[in-house]
Amino acid sequence: MHVEAISELMGFVFPNEQHVTWTVMIVLYPYITGLVAGAFIVSSLYHLFGQETLKPVARFALVSSFAFLLFATLPLLLHLGLPMRAFNIMITPSSTSAMAGFGIVYLTYMALVVVEVWFSMREEIVNRALAEKGFLGFIFKALALFDLRVDDRTRALDHRVVKFLAGLGIPIACFLHGYVGFLFGSIKANPWWSTPLMFIIFLLSAIVSGIAVLILLFYVISWLRRVEVDGPCVQTMANYLWGFMIIDVALELMQVLSIAYQQMAEWEALSVLIHDKLFWSHVVLQLLICSLIPFLLLGLNSLVRLGQRTRNVLIFSSSVLLLIQVLAMRWNVVIGGQLMSKSFRGYTSYMPGMWDREGLLVAAIVFTVPFLLLRFFDFLVPLFPSDSAIGKGRL
Amino acid sequence: MIEDGSDVLDRASLAVGRRQFMKIGLVGAFSLLVPFAVRAAERAPYKREDYTWGFIVDTTKCMGCGSCVRACKAENSVPDGYHRTWVERYTVLANGRVEVDSPRGALDGFPEDPAHPKKDVAKSFFVPKLCNQCATAPCVQVCPVGASYAAPDGVTLVDRKRCIGCGYCVQACPYGVRFIHPQNGYADKCTLCYHRITKGLPTACSQACPVGARSAGNLKDATSRIRALLNSSRYGVLKPALGTNPKCYYIGLDKEVV
Repeated sequence: MHVEAISELMGFVFPNEQHVTWTVMIVLYPYITGLVAGAFIVSSLYHLFGQETLKPVARFALVSSFAFLLFATLPLLLHLGLPMRAFNIMITPSSTSAMAGFGIVYLTYMALVVVEVWFSMREEIVNRALAEKGFLGFIFKALALFDLRVDDRTRALDHRVVKFLAGLGIPIACFLHGYVGFLFGSIKANPWWSTPLMFIIFLLSAIVSGIAVLILLFYVISWLRRVEVDGPCVQTMANYLWGFMIIDVALELMQVLSIAYQQMAEWEALSVLIHDKLFWSHVVLQLLICSLIPFLLLGLNSLVRLGQRTRNVLIFSSSVLLLIQVLAMRWNVVIGGQLMSKSFRGYTSYMPGMWDREGLLVAAIVFTVPFLLLRFFDFLVPLFPSDSAIGKGRL
Repeated sequence: MIEDGSDVLDRASLAVGRRQFMKIGLVGAFSLLVPFAVRAAERAPYKREDYTWGFIVDTTKCMGCGSCVRACKAENSVPDGYHRTWVERYTVLANGRVEVDSPRGALDGFPEDPAHPKKDVAKSFFVPKLCNQCATAPCVQVCPVGASYAAPDGVTLVDRKRCIGCGYCVQACPYGVRFIHPQNGYADKCTLCYHRITKGLPTACSQACPVGARSAGNLKDATSRIRALLNSSRYGVLKPALGTNPKCYYIGLDKEVV
């Protein structure tokens, strides 16, 4: 149920707005879909655009995307007032609603990712099906759809299919996440959300968070396996991360600057929102700490000749900060937009509970499960090809 | 004996009298119902296509007693802490500052304002708020499952059996009139007392208002009170720039009210 937090009011808030309707779960939902879209785009950079240095992480990126995608809707389900009716959104969609297309977009993308993951892993699945005996062998045979042929012809076909799906997946991934931005950007009642920029900001921040989480996982996995991290691979990802974060943060700043400069009627209320209610989470955390520092560190990494150890420190810490930056951005949009009353005369406050259905503990569990799932996928089929620099075998 | 005979006679006449009394009583009782029966026969069944419901609030009359808020809560079982209607108090101070409050949505009316002595107040007025019954309602537009819909008679309603409780309509309403029911999980808001107005009864809030500051009416009926008021007064709607085309009209609307 919706959190009955004790809200601190400032000024005049419409009586029904004292309760924040969209909670931390709705912060988590665009965050997780962002990781999906970002990771997918990294995988496509290799599969489609032939960015060879990304080969060690390409398939892992694709599987990560799949793992996050499986849990992207869970926060929504936890949030719904009547979750048993969740499928109504697919059975009886309303054609005028921006939200109604969600089911179609999500399922299309899910189907595409599942097929692409299968084709990219087919050979490994077949190898395990041939190696394993008994029940496990049967499971792998079923996963291979009982077709155990592997030769140059099948490899070529697998490769072609993966390349085609990687190409098709880019517009769909962009659409999936841009669409989430549109859900907010199209709400004219809320001046903090209502901007056409929201679509593109969500998309770029998704790519930033997706690349950042892959870099982070790549480092952690390399450390767990006690192997040197693949330098050119992380360097390529770090360069992309720097580029995308610059565009992303520039657009985030442009959004605020344009409404500030236009001095529309809502600006008076919005400026209090930014300078008071969201000062720490937006100005300090999102912009000063988590945007400015990674911008400088990644710039240093890209422009200056450095040793690999120094690079590792710069890239790793920037990735952590940018993951926090995107989470803070989601919070500032979703929660921030609801803190300001539509009376434009007052502000409410919100602090998620710890133990309730939409509380912090559940949010932490929802966010952790995809990572555990990745570990399970790695148990099924090794996520890193044996010829990659990250070493042989599984985690 | 004469006395006895007269006694028999009296009893006989009394027995007849009792029967007659019963007859007269029954006829009389039924005849009392005749006007109701005639009225029921006269009243045509409710035809949605003959109506476009609107609402009018006379802010110059409202005195902030909160009767409408209490009546609405009682009529529609509005959960504590949420409001289908509320009343706002605007206090314009002599120094130009504007202060707005609505303690508990004016469920208990308004207490005296000790913070502002009379000499500091330039003007003060009350504004009741409720669903604006927008002709182009953003809540209807965004509902992903069609649970929020506009009835053919112009009233925006929520189908509780379809609503999934996503809260998108709550975000889309520029007037803050919607909420997710804290116990039942569906979206809730003012229905213009649809169960009453379709039976020819006034809304609970307008019936309770002691000064006639608020009432629903048929915009299609040229002889309706709402049409007469719209034709004879200057009025405004809330947030017209958003293009929601509200059918809730405010007489004497001040620029401070949003």
